[in-house]
Amino acid sequence: MFRFQNVTYKDIINIKSLTIPSKKIVCITGESGGGKTTLLKLLNKMISPDSGEIFYLDEPLEELDAISLRRKVIMLPQNPAIYNGTVKDNLLIGLKFSEKAMESDDKLFISLQSARLNKKLDDSVDNLSGGEKQRLALARVLLLNPDVFLLDEPSASLDEETEKIIIENLVAQCKQNAKSIIMVTHSNKIATTYSDLIIRIDKGKVVNEEAMI
Amino acid sequence: MNTNVIELHIWQLVAAYVFILILLAIVKIRGIKREKEILISSVRMTLQLILTGYILMYLFENESWLLTLLVLLVMEIFAINNIYRRVNVRISNQLKKIIALSMVTGTVTCLLYFIIIVIGLRPWFSPRYFIPISGMLIGNSMTGISLGVSRLVNDINNQKHLVESSLMLGATPKIASKEIVDNAFDSAILPTINSMVGMGIVFLPGMMTGQILSGVSPVTAIEYQIAIMLGILGSVALTVILFLQLGYKTFFNKKSQLVFESTESKQ
Repeated sequence: MFRFQNVTYKDIINIKSLTIPSKKIVCITGESGGGKTTLLKLLNKMISPDSGEIFYLDEPLEELDAISLRRKVIMLPQNPAIYNGTVKDNLLIGLKFSEKAMESDDKLFISLQSARLNKKLDDSVDNLSGGEKQRLALARVLLLNPDVFLLDEPSASLDEETEKIIIENLVAQCKQNAKSIIMVTHSNKIATTYSDLIIRIDKGKVVNEEAMI
Repeated sequence: MNTNVIELHIWQLVAAYVFILILLAIVKIRGIKREKEILISSVRMTLQLILTGYILMYLFENESWLLTLLVLLVMEIFAINNIYRRVNVRISNQLKKIIALSMVTGTVTCLLYFIIIVIGLRPWFSPRYFIPISGMLIGNSMTGISLGVSRLVNDINNQKHLVESSLMLGATPKIASKEIVDNAFDSAILPTINSMVGMGIVFLPGMMTGQILSGVSPVTAIEYQIAIMLGILGSVALTVILFLQLGYKTFFNKKSQLVFESTESKQ
């Protein structure tokens, strides 16, 4: 699905060759500051490489329209923005930004349940904890139903049990609907339990690729 | 009514400087180190106004479209440079060009409408009307754009995270920065709107006061004041919206990525 050819970005990323398969759960692991988040941002064109080329479904990213690409390949950052207003406002804003049809309240509620967020749609976001905000942002991304999820430490602010339930649910949904997940995680346990492929990055280079059977 | 104008004698004008002496005495006694600035600003004001008086007298006696346009050009250049100096953030060259373009386009469009349609000036370049009216439109638009620039650059700088998150959710740069642009517009036009609210009650505007002092009927003076105030509002709104519509784009590249070069605060 994604193919890297001699890609460099500042002195953060230097990847000679890398292929990320489609419809798989791919985890990116490595020390912090090693270039994992930068790698995700290269995939949805939030930044562009200084040299080399990245292909998405065999088309060079440079030739793809950034906005259309980001509507198919959606990134959930580690500290996602929560917009002023209610839980519902925050769910709908994703649909508005990506110019998709608005969803019914039932559908919004299902997305909240998938992210294990026990809140009402008209609750204010002011009193949400860090973990709840992260789950709200995850629900917002789920609602957008993209082809590829780029998740940057999606469970960083969650306790182990909630993390397990959410990731399990997410992986099951993606497998069922033939979606791809590329997830940065610090947790070796998550990587080994759920991934089809683990890519280990260190100082901007791919140091190990391990297919899980 | 024009016969009632009190001509100021030179000694009367000198007597007004007593206010400067009072101010100097206050800062001296309280140990506030502002004497130099007070003296310089008083001297500058006096010299600049004397010079302007003579230049205006020359322009009024030698009416010419070329001279009038030259004055307009000087005012625009001065105002644009003043914006560059006044904003408290570092601005890119591209943003500077947009400021200049918006100032000239916005003020000249409103000025021409005002001169030709609203007051029907004949000849259109009559400096007695053209110069003070352009001064008021340009001066107020300058303040509006300065506020708009500072707010836009500061907000994009402080809310990079929000803008970037919106882009990640598939927003276009226009949608991702809409709230910031709207807030910048609001803060740029608010002082003009507020000044309209207090006008005539809290304070008497300068142009109207000047006309009344020089013997014009208050009714005529307020007609001009209302018209010029509406003209100012139009000019501020047009220059600021032009600037913002073009300006926000300089923070994004062709790949709809946020670029950071022009968003740092001035040291």
